[in-house]
Amino acid sequence: MPASTRRAAVIGGNRIPFARANRAYAGASNLDMLTTTLDGLVARFGLAGERLGEVVAGAVLKHSRDFNLTREAVLGSRLSPATAAYDVQQACGTGLEATIAVANKIALGQIESGVAGGVDTASDAPIALNDDLRRVLVKLNAARTPLERLKLVGQLRPGQIVPEIPKNSEPRTGLSMGEHAARTALEWGIGRTEQDELTVRSHRNLAAAYERGFFDDLLTPYLKLTRDDNLRADSSLEKLAKLKPVFGKGPDATMTAGNSTPLTDGAALVLLGSDEWAAEHRLPVLAHVVDAETSGVDYVHGNDGLLTAPVFAVPRLLERNGLSLQDFDRYEIHEAFASVVLVQRKAWEDARFCKERLGRDTPLGPIDDDRLNVAGSSLAAGHPFAATGGRIVATLAKLLRERADAEGRDQRGLISICAAGGQGVVAILEATA
Amino acid sequence: MSDFLATLSHTGIAKQLGLPTVPVLRRHRPGDPLLAGPVLVASPGAADGRFAKAVAALVEENGQPALAEAGEEKLHGIVVDLSGARTLADLAAAQQLLTPAVRRLRPSGRLLLIGAEPADAFATGGAEAAAVAQALDGLVRSVAKELRAGATANLLVVAEDAAPVAIDSSVRFFLSARSAYVDGQVVHVAAPIGVLPEPAEVDDPRGEERPLAGRVAVVTGAARGIGAAIADTLARDGATIVAVDVPAAGQLLAETANRTGGTALQLDITAADAADRLLGHLAERHDGVDLVVHNAGITRDKLLANMTADRWDAVLAVNLGAQLAINDALLADGSPLREAGRVVCVSSQSGIAGNRGQTNYAASKAGVIGMVRALAPRFAERGATINAVAPGFIETDMTATMPLATREGGRRINSLRQGGLPVDVAETIGWFGRAESGGLNGQVVRVCGQSMLGA
Repeated sequence: MPASTRRAAVIGGNRIPFARANRAYAGASNLDMLTTTLDGLVARFGLAGERLGEVVAGAVLKHSRDFNLTREAVLGSRLSPATAAYDVQQACGTGLEATIAVANKIALGQIESGVAGGVDTASDAPIALNDDLRRVLVKLNAARTPLERLKLVGQLRPGQIVPEIPKNSEPRTGLSMGEHAARTALEWGIGRTEQDELTVRSHRNLAAAYERGFFDDLLTPYLKLTRDDNLRADSSLEKLAKLKPVFGKGPDATMTAGNSTPLTDGAALVLLGSDEWAAEHRLPVLAHVVDAETSGVDYVHGNDGLLTAPVFAVPRLLERNGLSLQDFDRYEIHEAFASVVLVQRKAWEDARFCKERLGRDTPLGPIDDDRLNVAGSSLAAGHPFAATGGRIVATLAKLLRERADAEGRDQRGLISICAAGGQGVVAILEATA
Repeated sequence: MSDFLATLSHTGIAKQLGLPTVPVLRRHRPGDPLLAGPVLVASPGAADGRFAKAVAALVEENGQPALAEAGEEKLHGIVVDLSGARTLADLAAAQQLLTPAVRRLRPSGRLLLIGAEPADAFATGGAEAAAVAQALDGLVRSVAKELRAGATANLLVVAEDAAPVAIDSSVRFFLSARSAYVDGQVVHVAAPIGVLPEPAEVDDPRGEERPLAGRVAVVTGAARGIGAAIADTLARDGATIVAVDVPAAGQLLAETANRTGGTALQLDITAADAADRLLGHLAERHDGVDLVVHNAGITRDKLLANMTADRWDAVLAVNLGAQLAINDALLADGSPLREAGRVVCVSSQSGIAGNRGQTNYAASKAGVIGMVRALAPRFAERGATINAVAPGFIETDMTATMPLATREGGRRINSLRQGGLPVDVAETIGWFGRAESGGLNGQVVRVCGQSMLGA
């Protein structure tokens, strides 16, 4: 067993452009997208035939036949079939949690290299049989005599044809994610204009990143799509102001289709390895995974919002690493909704909240706008649930590497991703000059 | 669109119908021997050629007899060394030798003449010697048109100070099935630039299967078509492939990279920082580069009367501007181009013969030829070379969408009566790309089956 741990290196990434649901990728399955994304990563880093330590990925909306989704993607890819794989699922935290899992095995010396990320399709969603129908069919399958079967056939009813369609809602509250976020936004007094401003910035930053070729080595086109089709480079406050609220009720409703992420299809993966493995393969080290933290909040019975778990995870992570919130050069806060980002920032600036809920004498303080989501985030790119973590890790690692090279000093970045079920995954990356 | 006449020919129906037949060209497959039969190797007349001995040795090393004169046997090839020919009598002796021999060539047979540079011949033998040296040019171009069943004829014009080893890779190429669609070409060979591998390595038959082993090759425009075939062929011959194409072609580019076991680099070669990014990538991921293939090209056809600035600029930027910028960077201090480095630029028959509706494309492809000739001495200073291939009618997705009459015309107006394949262009690039090909610099070789256009 290795005597000490080491930091896992982020070597690079690959994703396909994200597509709004039922558009460019309407005919693609999770397995198609994940395999293609893996092959794009293999091509970028010359890994054809290579055995990697493991590949860890997952999907939130998943067919039952895809129980071994990631392993199947490996077998369909150009990687050596001797590469092991497993699936993880932590809602929108899947991609980042998978990254942490691979990074930790590398840190422990159990593996030298690995791929992490996720895929999701809202177009090719798993529609299940009506539960009543399913019970009858299960019994029918187990029935031994023609008479038993005949009795069961008699239990079939026309209403059982209505299928179970996956819903974007919390099982314990029946509320959609957007409704939850709207409640939290109202509680924190998050205004319409600030949400729209954040949205415009996301679109402009993402468009500028494409323009300067930033994604040339982070993305591989798929099915004739070369950029995220949700991106509106000409997005403006005026245009966004015209949209009607879709979550919340009455005059206080602020959340629109513009400042919320749409249902999206896509996949994203990150290549991780030890420094030694990277050097042996002549691959660059963009950044290292320093530490990570996952938290949950009681949004069912307690007072916390569904998507506010990162508010609690970040201070714990900072304390463990002896850092303040201002000790970062770049922040990547997943824009599930514009209000989610704004609530996190407001909570960390709120002296009373920080005192009462986080037990701190002083608030965490503000985040500099110019350091936040500088290459765009989910409002512009879209948000295929399990794919978002991989997109963010690769993007942040490259941003930190660029700055470390340009400025000649180490760079530190913070990732914060909220997830369904009242969870949050956060992590720190560092690039050495 | 498949070649219907070729299908009729290959099934024997064309012959029965009295239609012209299309020969099946022998092409190289891994493991195939270099030679499929005996080769006649001679240096006729009073001429004392200095290459015949080495060529005969090469033939025998490859398991076939080197015959001194034509007998009853069918010949894989005929190599006539006329490097010492100085008189009309020497030339007549060549005719006496060749006339019975060409009748004995097998299908896809090879005729290769070796001559002197007319200027060198003049210095030692006066005007008659220079005339005889130049006469080979007319001889080879004519016999190429006469040969049948996929046989080709080509001429190597060798400088006086070039040792026999200088032509070794060229003799192998022109005798082999790799040169299937290269016909009626005149190639000048000089004393090799830079370090040549040891002859022992040159003769190593295993090395001959993978002549590019250990070499790093960049191929631009590698996502599809001829570029993808170049990547596949260079990888088959042992090269490590860096496949480059525009980001929008990334999905196919990834397939090329994975198929060849290489890497994909998504890069718009017309971007201002493209050369920096390409060379930076080569320095980071490899120890340098041995072979750069400028293949990326686009067409934006319009009659000149209807040409727009954006169509003109786009074609010139991709087909010529990007090559100029990357070559500049390859020549700069600290360049990753290694000793025995090879740059091969893809020109086009359009750049030689012109083509209606392609003023922009033809200008760019003629420009490539001008660039190659101008830069040859500069690459030589670094121990490297730069050459061009000019494909004729090559069967690709692009030619498949041509109007039927244009396509049929393109296919038939050459000595082999068919279009070439992308692999034919790729094989020619592989020959230029070998470390042993240091005697070739500033050359333009057409891969056109001896097309009548621009000849």
